[in-house]
Amino acid sequence: MMSAYVDFIRIRFLMMLAYRVNYYSGIIIYAINIGAYYFLWQAIYGDKQVLAGFTVAQMTTYVAVSWMARAFYFNNLDREIANEIRDGSVAVQLIRPYSYLAVKLMQGFGEGIFRLLLFMVPGMVIVCLLFPVSLPTDPKVWAIYLVMLFFAFLINTQINMLTGLFAFFVENNEGMMRMKRVIVDLFSGVVVPIAFFPGWLSVAMNWLPFQAITYLPTAVFTGRTPLSEAWGVLGVQVIWFVVLLVPILLTWRAARTRLFVQGG
Amino acid sequence: MSRLAIDVQDLRKQFKVQNNRAGLGGALKDLFKREYREVTAVKDITFQIPQGEICGYIGENGAGKSTTIKMLTGILVPTSGQLRVNGFVPHKEREKFVKEIGVVFGQRSQLWWDIGVIESFQLLRKVYRVPEADFRRRLDELVERLQLGELLNRPVRKLSLGQRMRCELVASLLHNPSILFLDEPTIGLDIIVKTEIREFLKGMNKEHGTTILLTTHDLQDIEALCSRVIMLDDGRIIYDGGLEDLKSRWSKGREIKFQFGSAVTTDRLRTLTEGLTGVSWTLENGVEAAMWLPNEINVSDALARVVGSSVDIRDIKIMETNTDEIVRAIYQSGSAETKAAAAAALEDDTAISGAARS
Repeated sequence: MMSAYVDFIRIRFLMMLAYRVNYYSGIIIYAINIGAYYFLWQAIYGDKQVLAGFTVAQMTTYVAVSWMARAFYFNNLDREIANEIRDGSVAVQLIRPYSYLAVKLMQGFGEGIFRLLLFMVPGMVIVCLLFPVSLPTDPKVWAIYLVMLFFAFLINTQINMLTGLFAFFVENNEGMMRMKRVIVDLFSGVVVPIAFFPGWLSVAMNWLPFQAITYLPTAVFTGRTPLSEAWGVLGVQVIWFVVLLVPILLTWRAARTRLFVQGG
Repeated sequence: MSRLAIDVQDLRKQFKVQNNRAGLGGALKDLFKREYREVTAVKDITFQIPQGEICGYIGENGAGKSTTIKMLTGILVPTSGQLRVNGFVPHKEREKFVKEIGVVFGQRSQLWWDIGVIESFQLLRKVYRVPEADFRRRLDELVERLQLGELLNRPVRKLSLGQRMRCELVASLLHNPSILFLDEPTIGLDIIVKTEIREFLKGMNKEHGTTILLTTHDLQDIEALCSRVIMLDDGRIIYDGGLEDLKSRWSKGREIKFQFGSAVTTDRLRTLTEGLTGVSWTLENGVEAAMWLPNEINVSDALARVVGSSVDIRDIKIMETNTDEIVRAIYQSGSAETKAAAAAALEDDTAISGAARS
């Protein structure tokens, strides 16, 4: 069975590879985004050296790294799941002796590996050439960041799954998926680091899973959070991963009794 | 008695359907307070299917066929009632249960669109944990039977419907399931592929004892395959039994068409069959007439009266009862119980015809 799951990763990877041309434009779009935020932050900093604990150099690196991390963990599983529910093809998934959500996770991971190798890595090289990004030199930071990146993928995927599964309960969850995308980008700290949020909001963020996707790992990678506290960050990610399993399983169970296969 | 493959008791499925109110005002109201109405798709049905049987499951669109199949395969959770398939309660032990069944949805592909057929099969082998040797053996057998040889390396999206459907069948059988559910397996296929698939299914049933439950709108599928028919209407079973039974029960008589050498009158014809109760004549034009006789009257008796007379007969055609007509009549009447007049329209030109030339 494990080999079947590995196959789902492999097949999705190969499929993405077949459509890789679509992603070349993505690299450029990400580079433009990073550039826009880079210049915006330059303007905000003006002649100040430190804002909310970030130096200009740290901020540049933060912007580049968080966007590139997004290139990896981002996926459209919410849309895929919602579409399969809406057009009824989820029925076909349920006649197979596997867990539908596990298969979706594997497919998402196949996409993630593709994005890492053909999107994030080349994108990072380009960004490093264009902007003054300073990457850490300690291999330990790199190692722990890779693990955190994997958890960022898991948590983001879990949120996507939850959003997608809502298609079982509402006729059209398009609006919800868009809202989710904006919320994840904003609250995970891709757009603005959470340290810049007003006090009450950044406190609220401590109780939400979003910052575990981008802000916390990127803070470790840019050196704002010292390596000694990195284990705590990883712990937060693991806790969110486990906690998010609960609503997913509950939603899934509720959905099974409500399932109404559309189109006969 | 053989073990039951499918055992269904008072099975019911209700759906909550959202009511959309009309107009802008309605849309606004819907925004704040949704109205739902309950739709009962399957209403307390009960039936058993023993192992090794091929059973046809028919009914109009929306009669609840697909919903039943989806409950039997563990996709939908029943609202109430008992359900055991292969000894499992499908929706409770789904992952274990589905290993023993095969399912084909005529209107949905279960192959992976972007990869080659053989890759799909390989993936299914892993999903169902079929040992390599068994897989090889079964694949070779199925490929030969359904003549898939040259299709195996094509991507699924490049297959024609007929080719795809044959591949779907293989996909549903690779793990040697003991029960096969087919939801409109021949929809949209040409007659050659249909025949091929029917032959194949018959063979599967004979050699491996596979229990087959199929829904279809093509009654020829039923005639070719099924020893038993379950007919559904508006969520209820209105007939459960043999196909021949269905025919003889709901066909009330036959029609014999005559072509005469010279013009005849209805009165003349009526006098010929005087004394045979229920026989009636309709004159189609001067030289052609149709005699309708109820089942209680022997065809030979009625024929003898006409042939033995002095009328000049050019041709005689006996119109056989046709399942399509019977089923259509039952559908239209809503229930097999109440409808006896169903038998009114029971002829068909493709059926047996005898010719007598004078």
